[in-house]
Amino acid sequence: MDGTDLLTLIEGNGDAPEFDPGMSDEELLYCYGTMLTVRAFDDICLKLQRGGRIGFSIPNKGIEATQVGAASAMRKSDWIFPSYRDFGMALYHGVPPVQMMHNMFGNAEDTTRGRQMPVHFSWTEPIHFVSISSPIGTHIPQAVGAARAFQYRGEDHVCLASFGDGGTSSIGFHSALNFAGVWKAPVVFLCQNNGWAISCPSDEQTASKGYAIKAQAYGMPGVTVDGNDLLAVRQATLEAVARARAGDGPTLIEALTFRMGGHSTSDDPSKYVPKEQLEEWAKRDPVTRMQRYLERRGIWTQAVEDRILAEAQERVAEAARIAEHTPRPGLETIFSDVYADLPAHLRKQGEAAFDLAKRKGDAVAGGGEFPL
Amino acid sequence: MPTLTLLQAVNDGLKTVMRNDPTVLVFGEDVGPKGGVFLATEGLTEEFGVERCFDTPLSEDGIVGAAIGMAMNGLRPVAEIQFQDFIYPAFDQIVSEAAKLRYRSGGQYTAPMVIRTPYGGGIRGGLYHSQSGESYFAHTAGLKVVIPSTPHDAKGLLIASIEDPDPVIFMEPKALYRTLKGEVPEGSYTVELSTLREARAGKDVTVFCYGAMVTVAEKAAEQAATGGIEVAVVDLRTLLPLDEEGVLDAAKRTGRVVVLHEAPRFCGYGAEISALIAEHAIEYMEAPVVRVTGFDTPFPNTLEHNYMPDDRRVLDAIEHVYNF
Ligand SMILES: Cc1ncc(C[n+]2csc(CCOP(=O)(O)OP(=O)(O)O)c2C)c(N)n1
Ligand SMILES: [Mg+2]
Repeated sequence: MDGTDLLTLIEGNGDAPEFDPGMSDEELLYCYGTMLTVRAFDDICLKLQRGGRIGFSIPNKGIEATQVGAASAMRKSDWIFPSYRDFGMALYHGVPPVQMMHNMFGNAEDTTRGRQMPVHFSWTEPIHFVSISSPIGTHIPQAVGAARAFQYRGEDHVCLASFGDGGTSSIGFHSALNFAGVWKAPVVFLCQNNGWAISCPSDEQTASKGYAIKAQAYGMPGVTVDGNDLLAVRQATLEAVARARAGDGPTLIEALTFRMGGHSTSDDPSKYVPKEQLEEWAKRDPVTRMQRYLERRGIWTQAVEDRILAEAQERVAEAARIAEHTPRPGLETIFSDVYADLPAHLRKQGEAAFDLAKRKGDAVAGGGEFPL
Repeated sequence: MPTLTLLQAVNDGLKTVMRNDPTVLVFGEDVGPKGGVFLATEGLTEEFGVERCFDTPLSEDGIVGAAIGMAMNGLRPVAEIQFQDFIYPAFDQIVSEAAKLRYRSGGQYTAPMVIRTPYGGGIRGGLYHSQSGESYFAHTAGLKVVIPSTPHDAKGLLIASIEDPDPVIFMEPKALYRTLKGEVPEGSYTVELSTLREARAGKDVTVFCYGAMVTVAEKAAEQAATGGIEVAVVDLRTLLPLDEEGVLDAAKRTGRVVVLHEAPRFCGYGAEISALIAEHAIEYMEAPVVRVTGFDTPFPNTLEHNYMPDDRRVLDAIEHVYNF
């Protein structure tokens, strides 16, 4: 086994022969509802961006099962080192949509104080969802360090580091796997192979047979899992997490999925994603797959669907309404949080900024557009 | 003469060199069929094939390291770093390798290459799509640092940079990519590196600036003119090696200087200009040199317009040195 065999549990028609996920009906419906909420969040963000009300968003369509499946294997006491495309992990663990929307609008209630671009979330509650950085791959070795801290204190918590196929080309990926292997650190590496890194196809990132196989070289197990199958992603992550908690070290999981939308709201994928590829993956839609599974288990009906969907849409619409009417951060937020204490030179720069605004009026916001 | 945007001028510059010199290769993330996220390399793969314009894996360290190897072995690589903010994984290759190769090998090995990278704010890009890191590179012996501010110069300086025998960090003001248009000659021409451009003449105050801040300075100068202050705007164009004589001449002509950049103040490029004037032209100065810069903080998102120097701040500084 080199990790390249594909783990699938739910078949295309919704059958999952002989597999018991060990989840209650409520848990299964909660996962499904989270997927629908991700999709509703996506839809509304696209509209907000098109209407010029937010600057940018990252579409998640097609990868909901990977995110929710992996998140569902983590405890609240574990830490998630997410990528910018991991809305579902936050929603699964109970981050209120309105908090996510505050970030999308970059307003005064945003936990990042409007300093970061949209989708660069950061929370410590209800789970450690570690502040997202744009530079690709930088968070992966950090997850190993945080895991080492758990090891050091004798705690059985685990870090999940999530990144894309493109992320595996970063220095951070290789350093992280190397360190984690040597330290037997309690980390789960989740490579979301969604086919593309902006316009670069996944096979331009590596000449190896997929990504899971890279685990071998770093002395850890690698598994490839059907990323559009929530139960398979959950199962693979549960096993990896159990190994990590037991002190048996890290695992690399490659979830094979597909980015059904653009890289971001500014990207036009029709320029480079072949139509046939998109059509092929549309048939494997993760939400439809889960829906069929739930139907076979007798817990899905159209009425259930209508109720969950309406709830999800209302939650995100309400969140957007609140966030849009929340004021911008104040000028002082430019200068705070650079250091624990405001140094003298920053105090002076801040005072000068306030003084100038008083004498000459406030600066005028520009209309620059984000290109990718 | 065709009128092009700054972005089209970069594209035209690349095509012009590639037509004339088969050793020029262009590569980076998304630069191939997509033509780059800003479309600076649009049409290159189509015209020159994937052998000469291609995508790379997502590794800036790999991009720049490979460029150095190509450069030492007879090619003229033009590597794109998608955003200047993402250049840091390649910092070691740039600072330890490209910059020092000629020196440490006694001239046996050299790295004639260009790293093109969009820099600066103005697109609501937050901390990591807005930085102005020119000082990191201007602090490194062996590198050249070039920043155009007009379509004409973008093409001419880019061609000069590609033809230059040393490694050049070519920083493109992304805020001007589509907003600034100007006349650009067809065919090949160069703008000599290490030369200044007087963007506007004036006898009362001199504003030194570069890149996207040149248009901000021009706007402030326009407003100052209505109040009777005549402002010279000097576009530095090449930060390293700097035309020091040109800077001193321009400073002496007015005796009142404002230095303007988007990058943070502390150890920023303005400190170099200010020190140069203090060392060599202090006796000509009628007022202390004033710097207008980004704040000494990371680059914010929602409040980016408060972070970036604007005409308000520049005009305030002009009036200050004028009335001193
Ligand atoms: C170090 C670095 N280089 C370049 C970029 C620009 N960039 C943003 S996302 C991206 C592609 C990432 O692809 P992948 O890792 O597969 O994640 P996906 O977007 O597909 O989820 C690139 C090149 C960046 N953010 N950081
Ligand atoms: Mg990807």
